[in-house]
Amino acid sequence: MAEIRLIDVREEILAENRQEAGDIRAVLKRHGVFMLNLMSSPGSGKTSLILRTIRALKHAFRIAVIEGDIDAMVDAEKVVREGIPAVQIRTGGACHLDAPMIAAALKELDLAALDCIIIENVGNLVCPAEFDTGAARRAVILSVPEGDDKPLKYPLIFSVSDLLVINKIDYLEGSDFDADALTTRVLRLNPGIRILPLSCRTGDGVSEWISWLREEIENFRRS
Amino acid sequence: MHELAVTESLLQVVLRHAGEGGAGKVVSVSVRVGELSDLVNEWMQRYFDYLSRGTIAEGAFIRIERIPATFRCGGCGDVFPADPRTREAIRCPLCASGEMTLVTGRECFVQQIEVM
Repeated sequence: MAEIRLIDVREEILAENRQEAGDIRAVLKRHGVFMLNLMSSPGSGKTSLILRTIRALKHAFRIAVIEGDIDAMVDAEKVVREGIPAVQIRTGGACHLDAPMIAAALKELDLAALDCIIIENVGNLVCPAEFDTGAARRAVILSVPEGDDKPLKYPLIFSVSDLLVINKIDYLEGSDFDADALTTRVLRLNPGIRILPLSCRTGDGVSEWISWLREEIENFRRS
Repeated sequence: MHELAVTESLLQVVLRHAGEGGAGKVVSVSVRVGELSDLVNEWMQRYFDYLSRGTIAEGAFIRIERIPATFRCGGCGDVFPADPRTREAIRCPLCASGEMTLVTGRECFVQQIEVM
Protein backbone atom coordinates (compact mmCIF):
# COMPACT_ATOMS: atom_id res chain seq x y z
CA MET A 1 0.00 0.00 0.00
CA ALA A 2 1.23 3.46 -0.89
CA GLU A 3 2.50 5.52 1.97
CA ILE A 4 0.87 8.76 2.98
CA ARG A 5 3.19 11.73 2.70
CA LEU A 6 2.86 15.42 3.41
CA ILE A 7 3.26 18.19 0.88
CA ASP A 8 3.86 21.64 2.32
CA VAL A 9 1.70 24.08 0.42
CA ARG A 10 1.59 27.34 2.40
CA GLU A 11 -0.27 29.14 -0.32
CA GLU A 12 -3.17 31.56 -0.09
CA ILE A 13 -6.43 29.95 -1.18
CA LEU A 14 -7.36 33.02 -3.19
CA ALA A 15 -3.86 33.50 -4.62
CA GLU A 16 -5.16 33.37 -8.17
CA ASN A 17 -7.78 36.05 -7.53
CA ARG A 18 -5.15 38.20 -5.83
CA GLN A 19 -2.83 37.75 -8.81
CA GLU A 20 -5.54 38.85 -11.23
CA ALA A 21 -6.42 41.78 -8.94
CA GLY A 22 -2.75 42.81 -9.06
CA ASP A 23 -2.81 42.67 -12.87
CA ILE A 24 -5.93 44.86 -12.92
CA ARG A 25 -4.25 47.38 -10.61
CA ALA A 26 -1.25 47.55 -12.93
CA VAL A 27 -3.45 48.15 -16.00
CA LEU A 28 -5.47 50.85 -14.24
CA LYS A 29 -2.30 52.51 -12.97
CA ARG A 30 -0.95 52.63 -16.51
CA HIS A 31 -4.15 54.32 -17.70
CA GLY A 32 -4.35 56.61 -14.67
CA VAL A 33 -7.79 55.28 -13.77
CA PHE A 34 -8.73 55.29 -10.09
CA MET A 35 -11.09 52.44 -9.12
CA LEU A 36 -13.22 52.34 -5.98
CA ASN A 37 -14.87 49.17 -4.66
CA LEU A 38 -18.08 50.18 -2.87
CA MET A 39 -19.56 47.52 -0.61
CA SER A 40 -22.54 47.32 1.76
CA SER A 41 -25.66 45.37 2.67
CA PRO A 42 -28.63 45.60 0.30
CA GLY A 43 -30.56 48.81 0.84
CA SER A 44 -27.91 50.79 2.68
CA GLY A 45 -27.52 53.34 -0.08
CA LYS A 46 -24.83 52.30 -2.57
CA THR A 47 -26.82 53.37 -5.62
CA SER A 48 -27.99 56.64 -4.01
CA LEU A 49 -24.44 57.54 -3.04
CA ILE A 50 -23.16 56.70 -6.53
CA LEU A 51 -25.84 58.87 -8.14
CA ARG A 52 -24.96 61.79 -5.84
CA THR A 53 -21.27 61.25 -6.60
CA ILE A 54 -21.86 61.26 -10.34
CA ARG A 55 -23.87 64.50 -10.14
CA ALA A 56 -21.15 66.17 -8.07
CA LEU A 57 -18.12 64.98 -10.02
CA LYS A 58 -19.13 64.21 -13.60
CA HIS A 59 -17.91 67.57 -14.83
CA ALA A 60 -14.56 67.23 -13.05
CA PHE A 61 -13.81 63.60 -13.89
CA ARG A 62 -14.74 61.04 -16.51
CA ILE A 63 -16.55 58.40 -14.46
CA ALA A 64 -17.87 54.91 -15.23
CA VAL A 65 -19.71 52.45 -13.01
CA ILE A 66 -19.49 48.67 -12.81
CA GLU A 67 -22.69 47.29 -11.31
CA GLY A 68 -22.74 43.92 -9.64
CA ASP A 69 -26.16 42.43 -9.19
CA ILE A 70 -27.33 38.92 -8.78
CA ASP A 71 -29.91 39.37 -11.50
CA ALA A 72 -31.21 42.84 -12.43
CA MET A 73 -30.41 45.85 -14.58
CA VAL A 74 -32.20 48.50 -12.51
CA ASP A 75 -29.12 50.15 -11.00
CA ALA A 76 -27.20 50.29 -14.28
CA GLU A 77 -30.15 51.97 -15.97
CA LYS A 78 -30.21 54.69 -13.30
CA VAL A 79 -26.51 55.35 -13.89
CA VAL A 80 -26.85 55.44 -17.68
CA ARG A 81 -29.64 58.00 -17.30
CA GLU A 82 -27.01 60.29 -15.73
CA GLY A 83 -25.02 60.05 -18.96
CA ILE A 84 -22.35 57.81 -17.44
CA PRO A 85 -21.13 54.53 -18.96
CA ALA A 86 -22.16 51.52 -16.92
CA VAL A 87 -21.31 47.85 -17.21
CA GLN A 88 -23.72 45.48 -15.58
CA ILE A 89 -22.32 42.22 -14.27
CA ARG A 90 -25.04 39.75 -13.55
CA THR A 91 -23.39 37.34 -11.20
CA GLY A 92 -26.10 34.74 -11.71
CA GLY A 93 -26.33 33.88 -8.05
CA ALA A 94 -22.78 34.60 -6.94
CA CYS A 95 -22.86 36.87 -3.93
CA HIS A 96 -19.80 39.00 -4.70
CA LEU A 97 -17.62 40.30 -7.52
CA ASP A 98 -14.16 38.86 -7.97
CA ALA A 99 -11.14 39.97 -10.00
CA PRO A 100 -11.89 37.86 -13.12
CA MET A 101 -15.41 39.37 -13.34
CA ILE A 102 -13.97 42.88 -13.04
CA ALA A 103 -11.31 42.10 -15.67
CA ALA A 104 -14.10 41.08 -18.06
CA ALA A 105 -16.12 44.22 -17.26
CA LEU A 106 -13.09 46.46 -17.86
CA LYS A 107 -12.89 45.13 -21.43
CA GLU A 108 -16.27 46.80 -22.03
CA LEU A 109 -14.91 50.21 -21.01
CA ASP A 110 -12.57 52.60 -22.81
CA LEU A 111 -9.94 53.08 -20.11
CA ALA A 112 -8.19 55.83 -22.06
CA ALA A 113 -11.36 57.92 -21.75
CA LEU A 114 -11.81 57.50 -17.99
CA ASP A 115 -10.49 58.93 -14.72
CA CYS A 116 -12.54 56.97 -12.21
CA ILE A 117 -14.47 53.70 -12.03
CA ILE A 118 -16.84 52.96 -9.18
CA ILE A 119 -17.68 49.31 -8.54
CA GLU A 120 -21.07 48.82 -6.94
CA ASN A 121 -20.49 45.42 -5.38
CA VAL A 122 -23.27 42.92 -4.69
CA GLY A 123 -25.22 43.90 -1.57
CA ASN A 124 -23.63 41.70 1.09
CA LEU A 125 -21.33 42.29 4.06
CA VAL A 126 -19.72 38.84 3.99
CA CYS A 127 -18.41 37.66 0.64
CA PRO A 128 -17.23 40.89 -1.03
CA ALA A 129 -14.78 41.31 1.87
CA GLU A 130 -12.89 38.15 0.86
CA PHE A 131 -12.29 39.06 -2.79
CA ASP A 132 -9.84 41.69 -3.98
CA THR A 133 -11.24 43.29 -7.13
CA GLY A 134 -8.14 45.26 -8.09
CA ALA A 135 -9.63 48.54 -6.87
CA ALA A 136 -7.29 51.20 -5.48
CA ARG A 137 -9.60 51.84 -2.52
CA ARG A 138 -12.39 50.01 -0.74
CA ALA A 139 -15.28 51.77 0.97
CA VAL A 140 -18.05 50.17 2.99
CA ILE A 141 -21.41 51.78 3.75
CA LEU A 142 -23.29 51.00 6.94
CA SER A 143 -26.66 52.68 7.36
CA VAL A 144 -28.13 53.69 10.71
CA PRO A 145 -31.16 51.32 10.55
CA GLU A 146 -28.78 48.33 10.25
CA GLY A 147 -27.48 48.97 13.76
CA ASP A 148 -24.11 49.71 15.35
CA ASP A 149 -23.32 46.03 16.01
CA LYS A 150 -22.48 45.11 12.40
CA PRO A 151 -18.69 45.27 12.94
CA LEU A 152 -19.14 42.59 15.61
CA LYS A 153 -21.00 40.31 13.22
CA TYR A 154 -19.04 41.04 10.05
CA PRO A 155 -15.59 42.17 11.24
CA LEU A 156 -13.72 41.26 8.05
CA ILE A 157 -15.32 43.86 5.77
CA PHE A 158 -14.57 46.66 8.25
CA SER A 159 -11.00 45.46 8.63
CA VAL A 160 -10.25 45.59 4.88
CA SER A 161 -11.92 48.92 4.00
CA ASP A 162 -10.20 52.31 3.70
CA LEU A 163 -13.34 54.28 4.45
CA LEU A 164 -16.60 53.70 6.31
CA VAL A 165 -19.63 55.73 5.30
CA ILE A 166 -22.34 55.87 7.96
CA ASN A 167 -25.40 56.58 5.82
CA LYS A 168 -28.94 57.64 6.78
CA ILE A 169 -27.85 59.78 9.72
CA ASP A 170 -31.22 61.51 9.33
CA TYR A 171 -32.58 58.39 11.06
CA LEU A 172 -30.36 58.90 14.12
CA GLU A 173 -32.90 60.87 16.10
CA GLY A 174 -34.97 58.58 18.27
CA SER A 175 -32.87 55.53 17.34
CA ASP A 176 -30.60 53.61 19.71
CA PHE A 177 -27.75 53.62 17.18
CA ASP A 178 -24.56 54.33 19.14
CA ALA A 179 -22.11 56.03 16.77
CA ASP A 180 -19.36 56.15 19.41
CA ALA A 181 -19.61 52.41 20.07
CA LEU A 182 -19.53 51.79 16.33
CA THR A 183 -16.43 53.97 15.93
CA THR A 184 -14.62 52.16 18.75
CA ARG A 185 -15.50 48.75 17.31
CA VAL A 186 -14.37 49.69 13.81
CA LEU A 187 -11.16 51.42 14.87
CA ARG A 188 -9.94 48.44 16.87
CA LEU A 189 -10.23 46.32 13.72
CA ASN A 190 -8.76 48.98 11.49
CA PRO A 191 -7.13 52.05 13.06
CA GLY A 192 -6.39 53.59 9.66
CA ILE A 193 -10.00 53.68 8.44
CA ARG A 194 -11.72 57.05 7.76
CA ILE A 195 -15.28 57.37 9.02
CA LEU A 196 -17.74 59.71 7.30
CA PRO A 197 -21.31 60.11 8.59
CA LEU A 198 -23.75 61.38 5.97
CA SER A 199 -27.27 61.28 4.64
CA CYS A 200 -27.86 60.66 0.95
CA ARG A 201 -31.45 61.82 1.44
CA THR A 202 -30.79 65.21 3.06
CA GLY A 203 -27.32 65.70 1.58
CA ASP A 204 -25.84 66.24 5.03
CA GLY A 205 -22.15 65.23 5.04
CA VAL A 206 -22.13 64.31 1.35
CA SER A 207 -19.64 67.08 0.52
CA GLU A 208 -17.06 65.45 2.84
CA TRP A 209 -17.48 62.21 0.88
CA ILE A 210 -17.08 64.06 -2.41
CA SER A 211 -13.94 65.81 -1.13
CA TRP A 212 -12.48 62.49 0.01
CA LEU A 213 -13.10 60.87 -3.37
CA ARG A 214 -11.86 63.89 -5.32
CA GLU A 215 -8.64 63.90 -3.29
CA GLU A 216 -8.16 60.15 -3.76
CA ILE A 217 -8.61 60.44 -7.53
CA GLU A 218 -6.25 63.41 -7.75
CA ASN A 219 -3.58 61.75 -5.59
CA PHE A 220 -3.85 58.55 -7.59
CA ARG A 221 -3.43 60.36 -10.88
CA ARG A 222 -0.48 62.37 -9.57
CA SER A 223 1.44 59.44 -8.11
CA MET B 1 -22.45 31.12 -0.27
CA HIS B 2 -18.95 32.39 -1.09
CA GLU B 3 -17.69 29.05 0.22
CA LEU B 4 -18.32 27.79 -3.32
CA ALA B 5 -15.96 30.30 -4.92
CA VAL B 6 -13.37 29.89 -2.19
CA THR B 7 -13.57 26.11 -2.42
CA GLU B 8 -13.11 26.24 -6.20
CA SER B 9 -9.86 28.13 -5.65
CA LEU B 10 -8.89 25.75 -2.89
CA LEU B 11 -9.33 22.74 -5.18
CA GLN B 12 -7.18 24.39 -7.87
CA VAL B 13 -4.38 24.99 -5.36
CA VAL B 14 -4.63 21.43 -4.03
CA LEU B 15 -4.63 19.81 -7.48
CA ARG B 16 -1.69 21.89 -8.65
CA HIS B 17 0.46 20.99 -5.65
CA ALA B 18 -0.62 17.35 -5.73
CA GLY B 19 0.22 17.18 -9.43
CA GLU B 20 3.62 18.79 -8.95
CA GLY B 21 4.29 16.34 -6.12
CA GLY B 22 3.43 13.37 -8.31
CA ALA B 23 0.58 12.28 -6.04
CA GLY B 24 -1.97 9.68 -7.05
CA LYS B 25 -4.51 10.62 -4.45
CA VAL B 26 -5.15 13.45 -1.97
CA VAL B 27 -6.13 12.15 1.46
CA SER B 28 -6.56 15.38 3.40
CA VAL B 29 -6.17 19.12 3.06
CA SER B 30 -5.15 21.34 5.97
CA VAL B 31 -6.45 24.85 5.71
CA ARG B 32 -5.86 27.77 8.05
CA VAL B 33 -8.65 30.31 8.23
CA GLY B 34 -8.68 33.44 10.38
CA GLU B 35 -11.37 33.97 12.95
CA LEU B 36 -12.66 37.05 11.15
CA SER B 37 -13.56 35.03 8.08
CA ASP B 38 -17.13 33.79 7.84
CA LEU B 39 -16.31 30.61 5.94
CA VAL B 40 -18.39 27.73 7.26
CA ASN B 41 -16.46 24.45 7.64
CA GLU B 42 -19.34 22.19 6.75
CA TRP B 43 -20.07 24.00 3.50
CA MET B 44 -16.43 23.96 2.45
CA GLN B 45 -16.36 20.20 2.85
CA ARG B 46 -19.65 19.76 0.98
CA TYR B 47 -18.58 21.97 -1.90
CA PHE B 48 -15.19 20.29 -1.99
CA ASP B 49 -16.84 16.86 -2.18
CA TYR B 50 -18.97 18.10 -5.06
CA LEU B 51 -16.26 19.94 -7.00
CA SER B 52 -13.55 17.30 -6.57
CA ARG B 53 -15.59 14.46 -8.05
CA GLY B 54 -13.54 12.61 -10.64
CA THR B 55 -10.27 14.25 -9.56
CA ILE B 56 -7.48 12.78 -7.42
CA ALA B 57 -8.76 14.94 -4.56
CA GLU B 58 -12.14 13.20 -4.49
CA GLY B 59 -12.99 12.10 -0.96
CA ALA B 60 -10.27 14.20 0.69
CA PHE B 61 -10.99 15.45 4.19
CA ILE B 62 -10.77 19.22 4.70
CA ARG B 63 -9.20 19.99 8.05
CA ILE B 64 -9.86 23.61 8.98
CA GLU B 65 -7.79 25.26 11.66
CA ARG B 66 -9.16 28.56 12.90
CA ILE B 67 -6.57 31.20 13.65
CA PRO B 68 -7.64 33.39 16.56
CA ALA B 69 -7.56 37.15 16.29
CA THR B 70 -4.63 38.88 17.93
CA PHE B 71 -3.97 42.58 18.23
CA ARG B 72 -0.79 44.64 18.60
CA CYS B 73 -1.09 47.37 21.18
CA GLY B 74 -0.52 50.89 19.83
CA GLY B 75 0.89 51.93 23.20
CA CYS B 76 3.41 49.29 24.28
CA GLY B 77 3.56 46.97 21.25
CA ASP B 78 2.42 43.87 23.12
CA VAL B 79 0.61 41.31 20.98
CA PHE B 80 -2.43 39.83 22.69
CA PRO B 81 -5.47 37.70 21.76
CA ALA B 82 -8.96 39.21 21.99
CA ASP B 83 -12.41 38.47 20.63
CA PRO B 84 -13.13 40.97 17.84
CA ARG B 85 -16.86 40.25 18.23
CA THR B 86 -17.11 41.27 21.87
CA ARG B 87 -19.35 44.17 22.82
CA GLU B 88 -16.95 45.01 25.64
CA ALA B 89 -14.07 47.42 25.14
CA ILE B 90 -10.81 45.73 24.20
CA ARG B 91 -7.80 46.99 26.18
CA CYS B 92 -4.17 45.96 26.11
CA PRO B 93 -3.63 43.58 29.07
CA LEU B 94 -0.24 45.16 29.79
CA CYS B 95 -0.77 48.91 29.50
CA ALA B 96 -4.60 49.19 29.13
CA SER B 97 -4.31 51.23 25.92
CA GLY B 98 -7.40 51.14 23.69
CA GLU B 99 -5.41 51.67 20.49
CA MET B 100 -4.54 48.55 18.56
CA THR B 101 -3.97 46.97 15.17
CA LEU B 102 -5.19 43.57 14.08
CA VAL B 103 -2.25 41.17 13.58
CA THR B 104 -3.85 37.79 12.88
CA GLY B 105 -7.40 36.68 12.12
CA ARG B 106 -7.74 37.38 8.39
CA GLU B 107 -5.74 34.39 7.06
CA CYS B 108 -7.07 32.08 4.40
CA PHE B 109 -4.44 29.66 3.15
CA VAL B 110 -3.62 26.04 2.46
CA GLN B 111 -1.06 24.80 4.95
CA GLN B 112 -0.37 21.29 3.67
CA ILE B 113 -1.91 18.31 1.94
CA GLU B 114 -1.61 14.62 2.73
CA VAL B 115 -1.18 12.55 -0.41
CA MET B 116 -0.52 8.99 -1.48
